Amino acid sequence: MGPFLETLIGGLMTGMLYSLVALGFVLIYKASGVFNFAQGAMVLFAALAMARFAEWIPAWLHLEHKVLINLIAFLLAMGVMVALAWLVERLVLGKLVNQEGVALLMATLGITYFMDGFGQTVFGSDIYKIDVGLPKEPMFLFDDVFQGGILVNQEELSAALIAALLVALLAAFFQYTGTGRALRAVADDHQAAQSIGIPLGRIWVIVWSVAGFVALVAGIIWGSKLGVQFSLSQVALKALPVVILGGLTSVPGAIVGGLIIGVGEKLSEIYIGPFLGGGIEIWFAYALALLFLLVRPQGLFGEKIIDRV
Amino acid sequence: MLYRENGQFKTSYQADQQIFPIAQDRYAMVAIVAAACLLVPWIASEYVFRALLIPFLILSLAALGLNILVGYCGQISLGTGGFMAVGAYSAYNLLVRIDGMPAVLAILLGGVFAMIFGVLFGIPSLRIKGLYLAVATLAAQFFCDWAFLRIKWLTNDSASGSVSVPELMVFGWNVDTPIDKYLFCLAFVIVFALMAKNLVRGHTGREWMAIRDMDVAAAVIGIRPVYAKLSAFAVSSFIVGVAGALWGFVHLGSWEPAAFNITRSFDLLFMVIIGGLGSIMGSFFGAAFIVILPIVLDNLPNWFGIPIDTALASHLTFMIFGALIVFFLIAEPHGLARLWSIGKEKLRLWPFPH
Amino acid sequence: MTRRSIGEVILEVRNISLSFGGVKALTDISFDVREHEIRAIIGPNGAGKSSMLNCINGVYTPQKGSISFRGKTFDHMNSREVAEMGIARTFQNLALFKGMNVIDNIMSGRNLKMKTNIFQQAIRMGAAEREEQVHREAVERIIDFLEIQAWRKTPVARLPYGLQKRVDLGRALAMEPQVLLLDEPMAGMNLEEKQDMCRFVLDVNDEFGTTIVLIEHDMGVVMDISDRVVVLDYGKKIGDGTPDAVRSNPEVISAYLGTSH
Repeated sequence: MGPFLETLIGGLMTGMLYSLVALGFVLIYKASGVFNFAQGAMVLFAALAMARFAEWIPAWLHLEHKVLINLIAFLLAMGVMVALAWLVERLVLGKLVNQEGVALLMATLGITYFMDGFGQTVFGSDIYKIDVGLPKEPMFLFDDVFQGGILVNQEELSAALIAALLVALLAAFFQYTGTGRALRAVADDHQAAQSIGIPLGRIWVIVWSVAGFVALVAGIIWGSKLGVQFSLSQVALKALPVVILGGLTSVPGAIVGGLIIGVGEKLSEIYIGPFLGGGIEIWFAYALALLFLLVRPQGLFGEKIIDRV
Repeated sequence: MLYRENGQFKTSYQADQQIFPIAQDRYAMVAIVAAACLLVPWIASEYVFRALLIPFLILSLAALGLNILVGYCGQISLGTGGFMAVGAYSAYNLLVRIDGMPAVLAILLGGVFAMIFGVLFGIPSLRIKGLYLAVATLAAQFFCDWAFLRIKWLTNDSASGSVSVPELMVFGWNVDTPIDKYLFCLAFVIVFALMAKNLVRGHTGREWMAIRDMDVAAAVIGIRPVYAKLSAFAVSSFIVGVAGALWGFVHLGSWEPAAFNITRSFDLLFMVIIGGLGSIMGSFFGAAFIVILPIVLDNLPNWFGIPIDTALASHLTFMIFGALIVFFLIAEPHGLARLWSIGKEKLRLWPFPH
Repeated sequence: MTRRSIGEVILEVRNISLSFGGVKALTDISFDVREHEIRAIIGPNGAGKSSMLNCINGVYTPQKGSISFRGKTFDHMNSREVAEMGIARTFQNLALFKGMNVIDNIMSGRNLKMKTNIFQQAIRMGAAEREEQVHREAVERIIDFLEIQAWRKTPVARLPYGLQKRVDLGRALAMEPQVLLLDEPMAGMNLEEKQDMCRFVLDVNDEFGTTIVLIEHDMGVVMDISDRVVVLDYGKKIGDGTPDAVRSNPEVISAYLGTSH
């Protein structure tokens, strides 16, 4: 029972991390109807920025205090993400307003490649460390119920809490603010929203900046755990099944989807994996997503997709 | 002046509907094919064959297959690498497990296996479109990545999924020099390109395009979306599978599953977008572009005397790819093929202004 | 003007009810269409006219009711079977295949009649080439009929609206249908274009005996060319009869002009 619980909790934690990345997808899709393949690249880019700024600031500004360094690095990285959002809107999205969804999807693919190359050119392509003071030692819980206690990774626990907080904030934002409503209008129909005076360009910059913020948080957490390296952008590919499960338009769906995938992956690897030769983690999430696509394409919480004649 | 159609009157529908209705185009195509068959083998160096021509030919074939699915039928697919893998590994298994299996037959049957696989993974397209379909095809890609690594039976019990092909014998001709390989691939490409062009200008091609453009109206005319979509997946995967087998057998000689990973899928998609969706010729343009670009970028600094290390060069390649994709999507969504036909339009008038 | 003699009932809808979620598009609609006649469906916007055609074509499935064609009754229609039975249609918002030119759009209407399989088409020489030529000839006859020869190789997206409507009609005609459903074929046209379109519709009915079901807003056209009229309002039938009878029906008048309070 103990090992099972450990795997379960470990899966929940990993799931939270996927959810963080998936949140960015959902945000951009909800608000602009664009599926942002580049989300993973944004996570990597943000993490790179954070890591390198944290390295360079002591040299530039002669500061020693770790919290201050990290704070300034965070603000600088955030600034970079906002600038990125502005550029993407200016150079790409604004010009593709009246093309269909597939074109926008492929454009984000192009942005992914560009950002991968650019990020590594500017920030370098080694493995970098991020240290924002997240507790790293493992904890042992319930050691009176289970012998030796259950191993819980504190880092992942804090990540889960941060992600939960972010979700609550974002859900409230979409539901209860005027800007949130405008964003939902834009997601529904760009041209209609434009015609009633919603400033499309500015909205998109806001959305991509918020997604950039989420990417930065995700990048810091993942980077703190794994080190900042190229494979981080591959995490995005894991987040795709999460949004399929949860529903592309649902913020809570991203969380639930992430948890299901996180747990499912770990459990399937341990209990089904041995029969199939192991390593099924690479496709388990996708198989689950495929199942949903055939049975319930809008995911658990998404809006039903209606095709109008 | 040179490109005028003056005097070229068609007196039959057959003449009007032929692949190259303008005589100058016909002569140009004949000249290109003749040069490819007779001239190139004499003048190209071994390096050019190995690094440029053979990859170009095989990837054009794969891009052709993908274009049928994405460009003509409008079904997005991100799993092309996986289909190539199925083609390559199936052909490999047939060749090494069955005594006396001719190489060409193995390659074609590899295509058949890829076709079956493609139809299976094409079934979701009957219910979902766009992004959702893209995710389903990604499932195919990752499944293949895993299967050829872990399922020993598929790779003739190789430890890491890596296999290598014994020498290639085609009707008694030993295909081992670069020139031989080039001509072998050229033969496949010419035959398949011709058949693909015939398909897309026939009623099946029109079915595909109708589904792409407006599937409700297509249904009302009596086109069955199921048949049209699955036939697109079938034909496309067959061609992609054959290309995969050629890639493994002829270009690589020995390979492991990573040769057909998601990067390959994205590369092919880029070829199709940049070259031109819905254009046979576009597939060739796109393949040429993607094959030549990294080589140019690697060598450009040297030609200018500025040294760039290979890591930076590969980052720059990424950036340029990405920027070009976005550029083409904005400026000319129909890709190089459209630029080409615009150029020809202008050429028809030259040297007159209008 | 000479008109074919109107025959027996060829198409009949009985008690059709259609709703989307809470919205009732059609409530208990019944009417029939006789062979060789021109039957108009009129009504204010949102009355459910297009939805009615969509039910006949199998695009929508009505919750209640049945449709019969030549004696065979169905409670829901399958688009392909409908096409095979010989019912064709045009669309209100055009539904042309934007990626193809005029010839290919109209050729796509011949799709049901083209039988060569993929292998034959891949080789092209022989059976597939002959088939293409036969059907190309049929399509050229339609192009001549609709007077759009000059634009045959033009991509339809580049044509002006009036010509696109003709291509839409051409594609439907290419199916050699027994019944032609026309959804506002004259919408957005000027007087000359309307006259041309009327001429085509009448010629089709005259020469080929095609039964026409026509949704149209232009009352002049409706009164002029139709044999019988069905009037819909808010998804319900409020009139059914000859143009004159319908024109003087008080319910119809108030639906169009509104009642004074």
